[in-house]
Amino acid sequence: MRRPSGTTIALIAGLAFLYVPLAVVIGYSFNASKLVTVWTGFSFTWYGALLADEQILNAARNSLIVAFTSATLAAVLGTMAGYAFARFGRFRGRNLLAGSIAAPLVMPDVMTGLSLLLLFVALEQTFAWLPGRGLITIIIAHAGFAMAYVTVIVRARLIGMERDIEEAAADLGAKPMTVFFGITLPMIRPAVMAGWLLSFVLSLDDLVIASFVSGPQSTTLPMVVFSSIRLGVSPKINALAAILIIVTLVLLALAAWMSRGALRMRPAK
Amino acid sequence: MNAAARRRAVLTLPWLWTALFFLLPFAVVLKISFAESQLSIPPYTALFERVDGVIVGLRATLANYRMVFTDSLYVTAYFSSLKIAAIATLLTLLLGYPMAYGIARAPASHRVLLLVLVMLPFWTSFLVRIYAWIGLLRPTGIINAALESLGFIDAPLALLNTPGAVYLGIVYAYLPFMVLPLYARLERLDPALLEAAADLGAKPWRAFLHVTLPLSRPGIAAGCLLVFIPAVGEFVIPELLGGPDTLMIGKVLWNEFFSNRDWPLSAAITVVLLMVLVTPIALLQLAQSRTLRRA
Repeated sequence: MRRPSGTTIALIAGLAFLYVPLAVVIGYSFNASKLVTVWTGFSFTWYGALLADEQILNAARNSLIVAFTSATLAAVLGTMAGYAFARFGRFRGRNLLAGSIAAPLVMPDVMTGLSLLLLFVALEQTFAWLPGRGLITIIIAHAGFAMAYVTVIVRARLIGMERDIEEAAADLGAKPMTVFFGITLPMIRPAVMAGWLLSFVLSLDDLVIASFVSGPQSTTLPMVVFSSIRLGVSPKINALAAILIIVTLVLLALAAWMSRGALRMRPAK
Repeated sequence: MNAAARRRAVLTLPWLWTALFFLLPFAVVLKISFAESQLSIPPYTALFERVDGVIVGLRATLANYRMVFTDSLYVTAYFSSLKIAAIATLLTLLLGYPMAYGIARAPASHRVLLLVLVMLPFWTSFLVRIYAWIGLLRPTGIINAALESLGFIDAPLALLNTPGAVYLGIVYAYLPFMVLPLYARLERLDPALLEAAADLGAKPWRAFLHVTLPLSRPGIAAGCLLVFIPAVGEFVIPELLGGPDTLMIGKVLWNEFFSNRDWPLSAAITVVLLMVLVTPIALLQLAQSRTLRRA
């Protein structure tokens, strides 16, 4: 008697809409033909070509350095901010700080990119800081918006957490630093690590902000992908796109698995 | 170290960071938007005239703002960005609402999986997702090839580089932003309310219109703002999927900066864009702080 309802159909159609294009890209990355849409046979040719492309490998290395460093920076800053928002109650400037941290989540990338670049140029002019720009400026820019995600995740974890263990430790004479590093940090570690992974993925993905703030020698992977997409669809880019999709999925599965741990770790009453 | 000093120690770094890399950049943008473009490094004039390190005069111009507000290119670009973003947001809502509803009504054991499935594409490379659509939409792409081999069309349809492709790209890229807040609202909706409406004789569509829809309004507001705000300033989608006549302010800003190298004008465009977006951003902050307080 139960027939699929309208919402079920919408859900299935919506999910198909989300996944079919990605599946097509992955599928065609194994196509032997140079013509992207004509299927001539299964092959790893384009993955091989990718590994031989010096420019792409170099950009991939830059991207990984930026993603690793900025995610680590974002994890530290975001944990501090998340802790402050969860535990400090009202403090002076709380709304300004919350708004400044959260705004980059929705602000168009062109605005973030341009304003940071103009800042970096001004800093170079005035104090000779960060001369010439490079990976370091991309790292700073990425840490800024990634910090917002870490803050949200860590804050949520701290709010949902029982405080009795921390209080017990404090009652037994543990110094606040000892309580934080010995109790709090291990308990929120899954949240921090999930935030780190999301920051890493976001950094790997950013084109617009990196294009504004990068120096001449510091091309990242999305910048290379973008300039080749502008020239047209190519099987090599299909292969690269497939790798990017799969790497992200693996990292996210990892993040999801860790936050499952976070839920399970809730101390029993 | 007492409690107040400890708090200050924890807050110092986040404060320093956001002051230096979020608030200060806006001051710099504002300053440069009053400068003149010139061939030099950096390519704009100094705002303060200095003699031996002492500021003796101010050299500010409103020319960039005059340009932004009077030149039809920029005026049209702002309005067309707002229009495209608004239509795309509406389309995203029309697709996202039934999806969120479907997830919220699914058996509890399936919900997390369905949510993850909706969120996953958001985390895969944005550029790759847009690239995927180029492969599907272009004249020799899969959609055209399929339609031709089925005999529906004789010549390839122009699908890529059209306004339609831009709408499609925005809906595709931002759908998860819409579904998530909608789901968060719909999931908390008490099914007893709908049963009560049915018991009192309301047809399902009436119960939806008078119960579900009003109760999910905060989710609709949050979802729409989360899509609308970044879509207004979108660069990659109009650049890769749109045509030469797709005018969006993000693309104009990019060209002004990278092709014409007019930094002061780019700065003025950014300031005006911020003024356009400051209301929706403030509304979003408000909506989110409300949900957080209730949670």
